[in-house]
Amino acid sequence: MKRVVITGAGTVNPLGHTVDQTLAAMREGVCGIGPLALRDIERLQIKIGGQVKEFDEASRFSRQQITLYDRFTQFTMAAAAEAVSQSGLSFDGALAARTGVVLGTAAGGVSTWDENYRAVYEEGKNRVHPFVVPRLMNNAAAAHVSMEWNLQGPSFTVSTACASSNHAMAQAFAMVRSGMAPAMLTGGSESMLCFGGIKAWEGLRVMSRDACRPFSLGRNGMVQGEGAGIFVFEEYEHARARGADILCEVAGASMTSDASDIVMPSRDGAARAMAGALVDAQINGDRVGYINAHGTGTAANDKTECAAVGDVFGAHATQLMISSTKSMHGHLIGGTGAVELLACIMALRDGVIAPTISYLAPDPECALDVVPNVARMAQVDVALSNAFAFGGMNAVLALRRI
Amino acid sequence: MSTEEKVIQIIAEQALLEVSDVRLDSTLESLGIDSMALVESIFAIEEAFDITVPFNANTPGDTDFDISSVASIVAGVERLRAQQRTT
Repeated sequence: MKRVVITGAGTVNPLGHTVDQTLAAMREGVCGIGPLALRDIERLQIKIGGQVKEFDEASRFSRQQITLYDRFTQFTMAAAAEAVSQSGLSFDGALAARTGVVLGTAAGGVSTWDENYRAVYEEGKNRVHPFVVPRLMNNAAAAHVSMEWNLQGPSFTVSTACASSNHAMAQAFAMVRSGMAPAMLTGGSESMLCFGGIKAWEGLRVMSRDACRPFSLGRNGMVQGEGAGIFVFEEYEHARARGADILCEVAGASMTSDASDIVMPSRDGAARAMAGALVDAQINGDRVGYINAHGTGTAANDKTECAAVGDVFGAHATQLMISSTKSMHGHLIGGTGAVELLACIMALRDGVIAPTISYLAPDPECALDVVPNVARMAQVDVALSNAFAFGGMNAVLALRRI
Repeated sequence: MSTEEKVIQIIAEQALLEVSDVRLDSTLESLGIDSMALVESIFAIEEAFDITVPFNANTPGDTDFDISSVASIVAGVERLRAQQRTT
């Protein structure tokens, strides 16, 4: 089995258009959630979200690219460019032939669906643009990454709702570890902050109208965000041989299914995923210093996740730190695990623990050190990143400082 | 059909019960209405009466709309309909 390391990272999200901007915002506890600016907002009850602001598509992409790039693809391409640039890799020859792309998204080109349904249903048009299908398809982002960087190995898109990115990264990790690929681009993207995307979530009655307050007393639901996180996963010796700057090691991963309920989370499924990631990484639980929580800010997730942490870590559960950066960037749905992995890298590499902001008061059902409101300095050797999706599909990654 | 009859019909349908099994003093819990059936019931009530019910599944008790019994739901619906007529 090969060791797997991360040698490049890129992102676009409500906290920034680069990794540096994002980590600076996380350190400062900046809130990227605010009033939504979108068409027909007056017909929505939920009027807040984590929107990516000042993302100028015209200056980043050609007219032909914009014709083919839904917003979720645009975020992906910007993040992938940053990640590949940082890695220093150029893909040609055997490396290009074997390197692929596995990305997560829950819903792909939602804005493209939304705009074109409007055109045919609301405006009564009988004709849509010829590239609607290649623009909205869930694998569009992964396909454009493969084309832009000449990645000719195994590429596909994983869709497991709010765990999509983590499942994608777990898969990319397995592919590099097994020797199937020397490197993989992986992560995820989501952009459903349009009328139809928010209206669908509004229907579920789990959205907050004021703030995302994970683990806090008085929390009242989740807040949607948008954006992408993309990483270069690379085989350790390959990275070392070329003197690459290694951000951290991906030490283990685990995927479990609750096999119980389509929306209510399971303590057992979450616990088995966290414990499984530790077993896979061959790391004792007491070495884990930080968990980037799924931490959606719903009543159900947060208490279930805390109980599961207690089950896995026992007495160590109250010694480790666990925070939810969704409080700052919102829930990026299929892209969320990728952006949240940045907080794990910051903990391991910089010794900075991102806070859980908008925190009001302790909830006895979430009695862990959730790093309320203010970032903290601490040396962390091992971090976990949790994602627990609707459908009861869970994926947890274990990261190690290197 | 009165507001009460319609609310009872909606709740009975969600609980997979006969209308006669749903009484005004029944609690949703006693009828076997879980959180998903509750959200569906509220949606059905909103559609039937063309009202918007203030309800967040994270904080079901933290609202003016009292869901502690069938009678309280009927009263809440009547209040929302009255408010709607005056606005």
